Amino acid sequence: MKLKRPSIPYIFWMVIFTLIPIVLILYSSFTDRNGNFSFESFSKAFGYYDVFLRSLWIAFISTLICLILAYPLGYIMSRQKASVQNTLTMVIMIPMWMNFLLRIYAWVTLLQNDGPIDIMLSFLGIHTTLIGNQGAVILGMVYEYLPFMVLPLYTVMAKIDKGLIEAADDLGSNKYIIFKKIIFPLSVPGIISGITMVFVPSASTFLVAQYLGGVDDIMIGDVIDRIFWSDQNTGSAIALILMVAIFVFLIILNFFGDEEAVAT
Amino acid sequence: MKKTKNDIIVSLKDIFVEFDGEVILNHINLDIKDKEFLTILGPSGCGKTTTLRIIGGFLQPKQGDIMFDGENINSLPPHKRNVNTVFQKYSLFPHLNVFENIAFGMRIKKMPKDEIKKRVKEMLSIVDLKGYEKRSVAKLSGGQQQRVAIARALVCDPKVLLLDEPLGALDLKLRKNMQWELKQIQQKTNTTFVYVTHDQEEALTMSDTIVVMNNGVIEQIGTPTDVYNEPVNAFVADFIGDANILNGIMIDDCRVKIFGEELECVDKGFGQNTPVDIVIRPEDIEIVKPEQAKLVGEVTEVVFKGVHYEMTVMCKGCEWIVHSTECAPVGSIVGMKIIPFNIQIMNKMFIAEKNTFYAEVISSNKEENRITVSVEDCEFDIENQYFEQGTKIAVTLPPSALSIAGDGVGHINDVYIESVIFKGEHNEIILESDKQKWLMESDVDEQVATYVPLKFDFTKAEFKVVEGEDET
Repeated sequence: MKLKRPSIPYIFWMVIFTLIPIVLILYSSFTDRNGNFSFESFSKAFGYYDVFLRSLWIAFISTLICLILAYPLGYIMSRQKASVQNTLTMVIMIPMWMNFLLRIYAWVTLLQNDGPIDIMLSFLGIHTTLIGNQGAVILGMVYEYLPFMVLPLYTVMAKIDKGLIEAADDLGSNKYIIFKKIIFPLSVPGIISGITMVFVPSASTFLVAQYLGGVDDIMIGDVIDRIFWSDQNTGSAIALILMVAIFVFLIILNFFGDEEAVAT
Repeated sequence: MKKTKNDIIVSLKDIFVEFDGEVILNHINLDIKDKEFLTILGPSGCGKTTTLRIIGGFLQPKQGDIMFDGENINSLPPHKRNVNTVFQKYSLFPHLNVFENIAFGMRIKKMPKDEIKKRVKEMLSIVDLKGYEKRSVAKLSGGQQQRVAIARALVCDPKVLLLDEPLGALDLKLRKNMQWELKQIQQKTNTTFVYVTHDQEEALTMSDTIVVMNNGVIEQIGTPTDVYNEPVNAFVADFIGDANILNGIMIDDCRVKIFGEELECVDKGFGQNTPVDIVIRPEDIEIVKPEQAKLVGEVTEVVFKGVHYEMTVMCKGCEWIVHSTECAPVGSIVGMKIIPFNIQIMNKMFIAEKNTFYAEVISSNKEENRITVSVEDCEFDIENQYFEQGTKIAVTLPPSALSIAGDGVGHINDVYIESVIFKGEHNEIILESDKQKWLMESDVDEQVATYVPLKFDFTKAEFKVVEGEDET
């Protein structure tokens, strides 16, 4: 493949900010504190297998909830007039203009004991702890990543030619069949990119669980965050395992997408 | 419910459609016979696609009834109508292959698998796409996609197949082929075809019946021969085939006057001294020696068209188009002979030699000899005229005093161009504003069905004071 001159800065960028860091991570995963080759950090990393599984589980559940919430929303948005579509896109984007940490703090305030929701619930006679559990973590994640699911779904569905829907109607399909046979299959690329955009960052996210979850709810991102400064080698090893896991997941997902034989 | 005659499959009764106050279909009536190839022909924006969408069920008329086999189907959604459509952009399902696209309708009807397989195969052989079952529709050529679209619609065994300019995206040669193939398919399957196009040649080639539409109304319904040989008005004559369209005066039955020359014709019943439009087809003019004809002119241009020569003859200040297998050289003086049968007389679409509008003087300035008038919610100044404020005046303008404002600022804005017809020396343009129609002469070709600003030349105008009650 012949490379064009304008691609040089980007190659430079990729080498410095992608390739070299990965090599460094690889290097430090396979060495010990003194720089000798060793699997020690991996054996330490596997000690966190329960956190690993929990992270993937929470990411999976969050992605699923996002998909369930975002699919109808994306569909409804795509059926609106152009001006309404733009406004709705804007509304969905607005929370993203705020700082990530601030949004999490907002949820802490809302959910904490004697916070507004807690007070309201106690009026109704419901006494429960809203914060410091896995549910709160999932809530925070869904809130955080919902726009990343809505936007690709909406974009793909808005692109579906109205003519196809008319054609299906013409050939005898009622609304349900139109959805099943036309809209759903054609929205699969949106589902796949939505899942990718939500699952990948939520599997490796940190801070959300620290603020909204309990002591036992920390995620793998938090672990990396915590141990990296004291034990770079183990931190690198965990990051590497996470990277491989996500990579495998993406391959499976894309394979599934090809199976659907989607063309646009 | 009234039962229509057995041979009429679809009947549109008094259909009226408007979008945002703009009338798209103006009370049209149309009967479609069973098993015929009917073409709806008209320029873009004439309402032909809307008519098709009404039959297909994609659009509800504001008023009127759609009868199908004698039953009212106004409220029936598309999927419950025994009608299928071949869409302009084909609208093939991109995620399905050729087989699945064609099988789509039958799968919904839950037909047995063997039956589906058999019928898809049959249909593919009808549209000449044998062995294409497994291909992806995205990888087919335009003509192939179009045939898949036809197969997909036809396989459902509709009583009526609607086709919305299906050949529009194809190149000329493929189009000619497909025209022939479509006609074959229609005869093989014995289905009623309703075909929409703006291509007059396509309509003449394929149809049993042609419906000519313009501005949301049906101008003429007839066989291809009828609409070509006996157009009802200048619009139809102009739209279908080449034609010399001229102004004339019907002196009496069978006697018509063109440019001061009295000619014999075969049409009757237009009254006496009635202004009429006359159409003479270029191939109906015979070039003879000057002394043998009443109409004599000079050949100004000759173009060889393969089958015939196309000559332009200047006669009485008018350009005449003549098609002949024999060539008269440029510059020669020739006579043009037309047999009475070939002079087709038509009623004028809009009878007026001059435009008259009524205006109210809303302010006047005696020193500057200027008035400001109000017409149809527009206000403008007229120089070198004086009337008292509040006077109602009638302004009469010849067609040559009207023009389309090049700078976009006219006296009356947003006037609709209803028709543009070349009348030998200039274009005759009929325009419509909110309250009246206008006749304009212009040497410029204007685009029909657009809105333009209309400008008046008041130096050519006549002014008259009228009483309030006379304003009609």
